Amino acid sequence: MSRPNKQLSESASQTAGPYVHIGLAPAAAGFEIYEEAGRDIAGPHAVGDRIRVEGVVWDGAGEPVRDVLLEIWQANAGGHYAPEGVEAGFRGWGRVICDFDTGEWAFETVRPGALDGAPHLNIWVVARGINVGLHTRMYFPDAVDDPVLSGLGERAQTLVAREISPGAYRFEINLQGDQETVFFDV
Amino acid sequence: MSGLYPRDWARQPKADTPAYRTTQFRSPQRPLVRLEASPSDSTGPIFNHDDLGPDDWNLLTNFAQPGEAPIGPRIFLHGRVLDEDARPVPNALVECWQANAGGRYRHKVDTYLAPIDPNFGGCGRTLTDAEGRYKFHTVQPGAYPWPNGPNTWRPAHIHFSVFGHAFAQRLITQCYFEGDPFIPLCAIVQTIPTPEAVDGLTAKLDMSETAPHDTVAYRFDIILRGRNQTWHENAA
Repeated sequence: MSRPNKQLSESASQTAGPYVHIGLAPAAAGFEIYEEAGRDIAGPHAVGDRIRVEGVVWDGAGEPVRDVLLEIWQANAGGHYAPEGVEAGFRGWGRVICDFDTGEWAFETVRPGALDGAPHLNIWVVARGINVGLHTRMYFPDAVDDPVLSGLGERAQTLVAREISPGAYRFEINLQGDQETVFFDV
Repeated sequence: MSGLYPRDWARQPKADTPAYRTTQFRSPQRPLVRLEASPSDSTGPIFNHDDLGPDDWNLLTNFAQPGEAPIGPRIFLHGRVLDEDARPVPNALVECWQANAGGRYRHKVDTYLAPIDPNFGGCGRTLTDAEGRYKFHTVQPGAYPWPNGPNTWRPAHIHFSVFGHAFAQRLITQCYFEGDPFIPLCAIVQTIPTPEAVDGLTAKLDMSETAPHDTVAYRFDIILRGRNQTWHENAA
């Protein structure tokens, strides 16, 4: 592929480290300083089905990643990414941190609509020991006709959440192992 | 893919970098799967000044008691957010976090013996202007020990989180300071495969932006992935 006008190279990534909360979620670090961005993914006026998603990010030794930070990027219920065609206050982006003892995380949002495949949440994973942030997707159990999933063979199931009660989903992210989650070069 | 230039993995750290021990169990072992261009990756959140407070960029004041200030060398850390075509990225949210001048983080899990500074939170955020410029006013952080080996120290550094206009441009990195003898010794720095890419993360003293008798300045530019598009200007 030709790159006729590429003059610079992307800055190198570095790990977010164990103190990422100071910058991106300071209340979790233990202090109040300013209103944190990304606490409400869908906003107060979002239409559609409210959902809850929970899970753990697991390392290759079977331990929860207790200092992980996730970012979520999603379409609204109508299948639109902000800012075009979304409700007032809908950004579709948020940050999620886990319990420092258990590694359990959870967030609430609305179920996104279909756009160019099956509905999904885009998830970006950063933590100590992750040198370059990891892009993945969470799909719903009823996902069909998705060009990304259909190209993944049996690994596709690593991207499909489990419904644990109506409107509540569980999504384990495995950094390594037999069930290693599919991560993308986007 | 995302309509951006493919990420140049020759300049990015590998996932599994044994000298940085924590990557051992946190590095995916399978290759990343390339995605075709999709709105999921070519779009991204937009931020505006309503999201920020007027003092958020100033780490000397955003947590200090009135009339007080954090201890340490006063620095401006400034630069531009550009894409790989050297175009400014305006309205980019830039967030930073750092240890205080003694090398201690205000974080419940940091137990280093250097003291917390009561007037220093250690985080800031700002939006780039139309030319992609940003600026933070802060103190130079201290080096500190970390448990990667029996006697391992992080160079002085400030963490950066940067948004472009596409979620695929999302970047977290660290800014180092030129001349720091810990840079070549640090296993996290050494995850970066080329000296040029390390130099790209090394802020340079910038006498032109100092405030005389007040604050020295360092310049740190951040490059995000560029958009793969026709080079109209040079089209025959």
